[in-house]
Amino acid sequence: MGNLFTDIGKVLEKYGLTYLDGMKNTLILAVVATLIGCVIGFFCGILQTIPYGPKDHFLKRFFLKLLRVIIRAYVEVFRGTPMILQAVFIFYGLPYVTGIAFQDIWTVSIVVVSINTGAYMTESVRGGILSVDAGQTEGAKALGMNHFQTMLHVILPQTLRNIMPQIGNNYIINVKDTSVMFIIGFMEFFSVHKIVAGATFKYFPSAVLEMGGYLLMTLAASVLLRWIEKKLAGRQSYELVNLDQLATTAGTYNYPGKGSPFDERSREFGGEKR
Amino acid sequence: MSEPILEIRHLSKSFGNNEVLKDIDFTVSKGDVTSIIGASGSGKSTLLRCINLLETATSGEILYHGENVLRGGFNQSAYRAKVGMVFQSFNLFNNMTVLKNCMAGQQIVEKVPKEEAKQRALYYLDKVGMTPYLNARPHQISGGQKQRVAIARALAMEPEILLFDEPTSALDPEMVGEVLEVMKKLAEDGMTMLVVTHEMGFAKDVSNRVVYMAGGIIEEEGPSAEVMSNPKSQKMREFLERFLQ
Ligand SMILES: Nc1ncnc2c1ncn2[C@@H]1O[C@H](COP(=O)(O)OP(=O)(O)O)[C@@H](O)[C@H]1O
Ligand SMILES: [Mg+2]
Repeated sequence: MGNLFTDIGKVLEKYGLTYLDGMKNTLILAVVATLIGCVIGFFCGILQTIPYGPKDHFLKRFFLKLLRVIIRAYVEVFRGTPMILQAVFIFYGLPYVTGIAFQDIWTVSIVVVSINTGAYMTESVRGGILSVDAGQTEGAKALGMNHFQTMLHVILPQTLRNIMPQIGNNYIINVKDTSVMFIIGFMEFFSVHKIVAGATFKYFPSAVLEMGGYLLMTLAASVLLRWIEKKLAGRQSYELVNLDQLATTAGTYNYPGKGSPFDERSREFGGEKR
Repeated sequence: MSEPILEIRHLSKSFGNNEVLKDIDFTVSKGDVTSIIGASGSGKSTLLRCINLLETATSGEILYHGENVLRGGFNQSAYRAKVGMVFQSFNLFNNMTVLKNCMAGQQIVEKVPKEEAKQRALYYLDKVGMTPYLNARPHQISGGQKQRVAIARALAMEPEILLFDEPTSALDPEMVGEVLEVMKKLAEDGMTMLVVTHEMGFAKDVSNRVVYMAGGIIEEEGPSAEVMSNPKSQKMREFLERFLQ
């Protein structure tokens, strides 16, 4: 054991900054690509759920149907093939076929991981939208909101809350899976291990550092996501408002929580108050 | 007779081969409180949903101040904003507080400035006795309270007519009274209302007109006092008898 700590110390002394650099790159790539992936997901998810009926104009129906087919194809292709191959396709294939090449390795990496995440998020968002009770849409329509307003103000805020766990999942997957971007020469966290191990032959001490580093990046995200989820859920209790200044003021009122018993925040679970 | 707001002309609606509404014809005038009664499945909800354009009628006309709302190019959003709807299942926005629920339509659809929207929302929340719960979210209040907020939300759009689809049917019995009370007050204030209900007391005493539907047609229609105590149609008599038991 003592040996291990000395080795780790030695590796860190010489390559500590390289590890940090790799971690920084992985983190930026994962965060940025997850965010862009979410935007793609929301965009495609919304386009995919624009309703059309037999009474709509022929061109509108045709266009919306075509849109759904294209999005479907995008999802199936990018979900159904390995990201490592997608990276190769875009990095080497694009210049091969079109003669246009990305100059910057960062751009390619962000594009590849974002498009990949977008494919997963499109499905999550579609599911999230469908899981919002149809009554919410009818309530909004009855007030005169159009499809876009209904989505923006009523459905998507609820969708976002519902799919927070999936966004977290995608981020965590991205932190780990961006390690395949070494294939196009992106200097992410895992490629540091290959450099260090190749130079020092200290495979295991370096792997320990890598494990710790990855866990740190994913745990931090888990904590942050929990916090956001809580924020999105809103407060559990509310103040009774008394606009009549002469009346006695009422205290905090707490209607019995109605969370799912499987939700750790619900009372039955003995969870903490929001 | 006062000015007609809604005129339903030869309205039909089919779901596939199932003809749910057959040649419906009636008029709602300003200040009318009309109850629509009838057995489950007789097409009452479908009629309201067609009027509110949540369903597309198969044929016929809906005239709003003489203008056919079903023709292409009609501004449906503006129409819906002026024809309020209260649902059996409340349909309050779960992501907003009670106050925001009553402000959203004004701000988003009618572009009312925030402060004005708030004042209007507060005015109508006070009317339904829900002011203390401004900051509560829908899942934090009871069914009767939700329905009162839903009524305030519809009122905050200052509609010309309010449609109610069985507003008390999803409520526990002890909460039915508070909602009916609010509706009665609205009727007394002169609000034009079209109410699908199973509350025969409301139909008889609060509304001034009653429409009885059976199998997708209007079986009987007339002034409530007359129709409710002395129905001409045999079907309606049987229907009412079942309620009196
Ligand atoms: N979206 C729909 N698709 C198919 N059939 C429907 C739909 N909505 C209602 N129906 C049918 O229309 C008939 C009338 O329903 P409804 O208007 O809800 O009746 P009521 O409100 O009087 O109980 C029922 O037979 C019902 O099954
Ligand atoms: Mg019904």
